Amino acid sequence: MSAVATTYETVIGLEVHAQLLTRSKMFCGCPATFGARPNTQTCPVCLGMPGVLPVVNRRAVEFGIRTALAFGCRVNESCRFARKHYYYPDMPKNYQISQYEEPLAEDGFLEIDLEGGTRAIGIQRLHLEEDVGKLLHEGTLETAQASLVDFNRSGVPLMETVSRPDLQSPEEAAAYLRAFRSVLIFLGVCDGNMEEGSLRCDANVSIRPRGSTTLGTKVEIKNLNSFRNVQRALEFEVRRQAQALDSGERIVQETRLWEADRGYTRSMRSKEFAHDYRYFPEPDLVPLRIDRRWVEEIRASLPELPRAWRQRAVAQYGLPAYDAEVLTQSRALVDYYETALREWGGAAGAGTERPKILSNWIMSELLRVLSGDDERAIQSSPIPPRRLVGLLELIENSTISGKIAKDVFQKMFDSGEDARTIVERDGLTQVADEGALGHVIESVMAANPKAIEDYRRGKKEAKGALVGQVMKATRGKANPALVNRLLEAKLAQT
Amino acid sequence: MHRPIHELTDAYRRGDLKPTAVAEDYLARIGALDGKVGAYLTVMREHALDAARESEQRWRSGSPRGPLDGAPIAVKDVLCTAGVRTTCGSKMLERFVPPYDATTVERLRAAGAVLLGKTNMDEFAMGSSTEHSAYHPTHNPWDLTRVPGGSSGGSAAAVAGGLAAGSYGSDTGGSIRQPAAFCGVVGMKPTYGRVSRYGLIALASSLDQIGPFAQDVTDTALLLGAVAGHDPRDSTSIDAPVPDYTAELPKGVAGLTLGLPDEYFIDGMDPDIERAVRQAIEVLKGLGAKIERVSLPTTRHSLAAYYVILPAEASSNLARYDGVKYGLRVAGRDLVDMESRTRSAGFGAEVKRRIMLGTYALSAGYYDAYYGKAQSVRTLVRREFAAAFAKVDLIVAPTTPNIAFKHGEKEDPLSMYLNDVFTIPGNLSGIPGVSVPCGFSTAGLPIGLQVLGRPLDEARVLRAAYAYEQATSWRSRRPELA
Amino acid sequence: MIERKDVEHVARLTRLALTDAELERMREQLNSILAHLDTLRAVPTEGVEPTSHAVDLVNVMREDEVGPCLSQDNALANAPDRSGEFFRVPRIIEE
Repeated sequence: MSAVATTYETVIGLEVHAQLLTRSKMFCGCPATFGARPNTQTCPVCLGMPGVLPVVNRRAVEFGIRTALAFGCRVNESCRFARKHYYYPDMPKNYQISQYEEPLAEDGFLEIDLEGGTRAIGIQRLHLEEDVGKLLHEGTLETAQASLVDFNRSGVPLMETVSRPDLQSPEEAAAYLRAFRSVLIFLGVCDGNMEEGSLRCDANVSIRPRGSTTLGTKVEIKNLNSFRNVQRALEFEVRRQAQALDSGERIVQETRLWEADRGYTRSMRSKEFAHDYRYFPEPDLVPLRIDRRWVEEIRASLPELPRAWRQRAVAQYGLPAYDAEVLTQSRALVDYYETALREWGGAAGAGTERPKILSNWIMSELLRVLSGDDERAIQSSPIPPRRLVGLLELIENSTISGKIAKDVFQKMFDSGEDARTIVERDGLTQVADEGALGHVIESVMAANPKAIEDYRRGKKEAKGALVGQVMKATRGKANPALVNRLLEAKLAQT
Repeated sequence: MHRPIHELTDAYRRGDLKPTAVAEDYLARIGALDGKVGAYLTVMREHALDAARESEQRWRSGSPRGPLDGAPIAVKDVLCTAGVRTTCGSKMLERFVPPYDATTVERLRAAGAVLLGKTNMDEFAMGSSTEHSAYHPTHNPWDLTRVPGGSSGGSAAAVAGGLAAGSYGSDTGGSIRQPAAFCGVVGMKPTYGRVSRYGLIALASSLDQIGPFAQDVTDTALLLGAVAGHDPRDSTSIDAPVPDYTAELPKGVAGLTLGLPDEYFIDGMDPDIERAVRQAIEVLKGLGAKIERVSLPTTRHSLAAYYVILPAEASSNLARYDGVKYGLRVAGRDLVDMESRTRSAGFGAEVKRRIMLGTYALSAGYYDAYYGKAQSVRTLVRREFAAAFAKVDLIVAPTTPNIAFKHGEKEDPLSMYLNDVFTIPGNLSGIPGVSVPCGFSTAGLPIGLQVLGRPLDEARVLRAAYAYEQATSWRSRRPELA
Repeated sequence: MIERKDVEHVARLTRLALTDAELERMREQLNSILAHLDTLRAVPTEGVEPTSHAVDLVNVMREDEVGPCLSQDNALANAPDRSGEFFRVPRIIEE
């Protein structure tokens, strides 16, 4: 790869299609949800029956504006829809209602953080369009004698964004996609589920000799359904193009499909005979004049975006970048964290260990039982932020040990009860009575003369074994720090 | 019993006539005579009788739904009727049964109208003679060897031939007004956006409108009023109140200024038509209208602009007919082969021609020269009408340059297109227009007078047509169709 | 001037299978019609905005509310080839 990198520069642009989280479809009132039985979420409009007409979904436009603002785009004063013609059985009208010459928004950017620093990747345009249906092949596409069509997805709102060809490597492309997805999830406009296809990505990639200013022939790569596949596919393609150029071949402008199982891209169709989409303004829809007040209302309602939150968390709360990254998986998780921090003393909490303790507990315990990007699950967690704080306070004031706290956490999750109730009912309060502990320590020491011998001879681990025995004898309830101190004192005495 | 709808409902009110008797009478006439005329593609016998029975109950209990309750009407087969096959005059949709009603049809059912059936038309509304129906031609009741006009020939012939009391058609370049003129009935195209296009099988989306055919202007006003008005399912539908179009009818034309466009009295136009239209203008002058000349210079380019825009939009609207989801399918060895065979078998020659023309006009490299250019010429046409309407209240002109021609006479596509030269500008600019009978040719064929008005000024257009109609008696002459 | 290959290309784009005779007749007819349409070139339209809608409306939108759907049977009722819950089409060969 490094040989390639010294000879050639890579130029990548990403086109991302995001299904919007509206209740109904882009141009009709059918539900836009996933997973229903085939052809049960259709109507004459999204089936493209004779005589039907589209009507624009206002919320889809709102989500488009929201996203455009989050990416610093200019929301155009007016935009219109256009018909994009091509034949495919998943497209009922054999044209897709999209936007062409007057898209909703243009000229934005997305900042991505890389090893070498931060780069702003240009976003050329953002527009709205309708999704197509689903094709299933009886067998594989190559061997099938027939295909089956389900139009449930036909008409679901799609937001397409096209980046400028500013990405310089496959890693950057994957980083861009990650950051992009994260923003969309934060805005609540898309659930970012690449496996289910609610977020789809195509890449355009070309290479050119290092230092050249003319662009090479670009190849479109499709079927990139995960971050990993984006990176792998682009790595393969860059290598393939470099090898071709090295052997004096010409790069053909075409569309290639990434075959994840086989690890290569294969030619799908030649883009040289590109589709003639015959765009013209959609006569059944009137232009949209985007009211500036509406735009400002939407701007005012934008949440703090992931990258901004991460920067603030590191600076203000002293969190490591890794923690901040994990916590910004979803807006619900960030909200959870912020709420908990506020409950635990707010501003007074920052600057102490609390932000980090909280972060640790969320990452290791909460995310063990809940998925970080499952907004609904986090919002309805059996352990809401206040309760988690309640548990952490019990550790902080030594009522229970950290180890016991983990058990309590699980019980809280399973039962929905608060920490104090569980601790008191199950008698889990830490033993901190020096006298009582002293007796236990003496019994353990008496029962383990060899360990004491080992310790005297310099085996420090032997002390740990003794501590373990004390914890066992107290069924975990002894205050470990206290046990250590008392044990050391007694060992010193003998 | 072939009387205007408003007379039928008066009779229903008085108890002199019953909706069921009237419906049966029309159904009987259709059975006896439509073999000769060919106005219908589908007769909705069961529905008609059910609807007539229900109407009768309402009249009997003194609670009719409105002025169309019990009115036996026909609907062009371009409008979707739930549960009743809708062919659009094409083999492509021979067995298509829509699961939904067009908004116009919904409103008619709600008004208590009795739908007699679906009428014949040029395939996918492309044509001016109804000779391009994939099923059979329709014959002009005034002379069965001649065409009724098109593309709404069936709806016009049904009213002219006493096979429906009123009917609806669609007008994209004159497809209501021209057959109305050829068949000696009243036909109206409202302002673009006045009547919902939801459920109207699309030809050219920016030009199509639904409108009525009627025996007189009063009925026209009633039929229009029943279906006009905003529809949230049609984004191009105008949200403005619908007046009672009958209310202004008797106001007359005194004090109105009527414009005569220079460009509509052309060399080579049929002398009978010129004579009849000029005489009609004298009648209007006699009734107190002022006449003024206006000039609409871009008229001579309207035909060309139209024949770019229409095929372009139509080629797009017809892309959906591919044998996948509904309609005809001809088997093929693979998908593309199936689609190509299906479309080739399902579409007639005129439809294919316009699809090819339209696809070409939109294709890479030609868009600006054709579609873009035509839409700019269209703007000029609109502006000229707007400028004319600053000086005059209405524009009067012939509806067509010729009278109904014989079947097979106009085989050359271009000469067929010329039929619409006076009606097309009204579609390009989206203004309302009506054709009202104004005489007969020496051979006894009807001639139409066209009245055009400002956008949303249907009331004034109808008022002028009414004044003229009431001062003449063309409507009392009926074709002999025994 | 439309050439034979242009007609073939357009026919492919729009999925029409025309015989040789039809292609030739189509070429002639289209050329004749286009000759008339070319008269539009002479019309001065600099600075004249194209009309895409005959009605001056903007911002027609609907609220994001779910409405009734067709039943699966009604959606599939007109299908030329139905396979269970799906529309069925012949095999697709990537061009």
